[in-house]
Amino acid sequence: MSILMSQIVNGLILGSLIGLIALGYTMVYGIIQLINFAHGEVFMVGAYGAVGTATFVLPTAVTTQWWFLLPIMIVIGALVSMVVAILMERFAYRPLRNAPRLAPLITALGVSVALQEAVRVFYPEATAAIPFPSIFIPGALVLPIGDGVPIQYSGILIVVVALVLAFALNTFVEQTRLGRAMRATAQDRDVARLMGINPDRVIVLTFALGGALAGVAGVLYGNFYNFINIDMGFQNGIFAFTAAVLGGIGNIRGAVVGGLAIGLIKSLAGQYLPGGGAYDYVWIFVVLIAVLVFRPQGFFGETERVRA
Amino acid sequence: MSAPTTTSTVLAASGVTMQFGGLRALNDVSFSLNEGEIIGLIGPNGAGKTTLFNCLTGLYTPTSGTVSFRGEPLPGDPALVTETGVARTFQNIRLFPSMTAEENVLVGRHVRMKQSPLSSLLHGPGFRRSEREARERAAELLEFVGLRRVTDELARNLPYGDQRRLEIARALATEPSVLLLDEPTAGMNAAETENTRQLILKIRETGISVVVIEHDTKFIFTLCDRVLVLVQGELLVEGTPDEVRGDPRVVEAYLGAPPEQVEAQIHEAQEAEEAADHGAPGEKQLGGSS
Repeated sequence: MSILMSQIVNGLILGSLIGLIALGYTMVYGIIQLINFAHGEVFMVGAYGAVGTATFVLPTAVTTQWWFLLPIMIVIGALVSMVVAILMERFAYRPLRNAPRLAPLITALGVSVALQEAVRVFYPEATAAIPFPSIFIPGALVLPIGDGVPIQYSGILIVVVALVLAFALNTFVEQTRLGRAMRATAQDRDVARLMGINPDRVIVLTFALGGALAGVAGVLYGNFYNFINIDMGFQNGIFAFTAAVLGGIGNIRGAVVGGLAIGLIKSLAGQYLPGGGAYDYVWIFVVLIAVLVFRPQGFFGETERVRA
Repeated sequence: MSAPTTTSTVLAASGVTMQFGGLRALNDVSFSLNEGEIIGLIGPNGAGKTTLFNCLTGLYTPTSGTVSFRGEPLPGDPALVTETGVARTFQNIRLFPSMTAEENVLVGRHVRMKQSPLSSLLHGPGFRRSEREARERAAELLEFVGLRRVTDELARNLPYGDQRRLEIARALATEPSVLLLDEPTAGMNAAETENTRQLILKIRETGISVVVIEHDTKFIFTLCDRVLVLVQGELLVEGTPDEVRGDPRVVEAYLGAPPEQVEAQIHEAQEAEEAADHGAPGEKQLGGSS
């Protein structure tokens, strides 16, 4: 019982993190029908940016107080990722706006490799895993089930932050002028332009929002696992992309639900299915294939692409 | 050919020519639209009517010639044209299909709303005020076109006639001085057509000048102050409905038949076209000239 509960808890934590990254995939796809394969690297860069700032820039007076350091690192992670995402859109994707769809897709793969190598070359010691400063109250809340189910505080933080941000994003897209402009641009870019909307600005905004969320996820990831490494973007990016497709690509709620589903599949399959943790990737993609066969538009997807 | 330019001219085209490769879709078209006027634009299929609309809204840049708004050249960017005060609807309805009727109108309010990104994220007082005002205005506009009852329906689920009126409400939401309507009654029955006629007259009463493309000549002749006849990209005749109706050149250009037959045949052509392009919203087809 307590093993099941801990695996569910682990699944929800990992799932929230993946959902947070998946939002960036799904929003960008909704607007310009591009699978931005470099988005996983945006997540990675946010984590490195935050750790780099904490290690080399901030005075120790700041870095010894977790309640001071944590918010700063989250904001810095968000900003670094946002800037990288904006530059990526401006210089890699915008020149290809009217090119065949394959061109930006391949560019995305190129940007992904370029970002990884840039961090590897310029970040000190980046060839190995970088220890993440322990910045949130270490320890765990223990649920009184069976032998006790520990939930790390840093994991609770992930779930809370992810849900709050996803909710805020959904409200933004549904109920504000810019959010409506995003949806309008996703549905019909030419007519959106005739309504006085500047599609370029809307597209940059989409990249910026997705990037910021990925940056936050990067910092939370480091804080939870205590280490970050160059590959974290690739691995979690694949999970997040799968989550976005599972939930219905282009759909915000779908990304979160898809993320939670992936997290739960990974932790439960690793525990209970034959092969254990060695096969958790296999089960994730088995579920993805099954969903694509029976419901190709994903959980929440509409048959036509529609929303940001 | 062009009407005398007075101080009350809102929109004027002068020598507009549009060349697509070897095809000259518009040839030296000049006209002016006066304050509070309703102009009808008729002509056989392929005459360049929709192409002219595209030139007037910045979707196309004319090969030569200019379009001016209250004496100033109209900007070449559709977004800026809207801000300047020219709005339009489409021959093939192009609503945002997965947004509600209200949201479609709210998107039309885009250029007239101010919300700072920060205030939007935090739902600050400035944001809430602007949002409330926009929703009030949207409710008024939906009431105005008779769609208040479907405020929360998705645009794609609305009946055809309602979609056409929603497109008009969305265009009005941009607070235009000039409204360009591309076949606003296509696919409508007699009662709906009459409603639309009344609606356009009501719109004019609010001080907006209107240009209407329509194949239904009865509709055009009973609605418009002036009628322009476009044939093979050239402005053939311009005048009051009575002048145009009796003009032998119009008759000849249309079909080379006497007036009574012309109307009948125009109706036939219109029906054939309706059958051909009963477009769903969201259908991609900007360039097609009617």
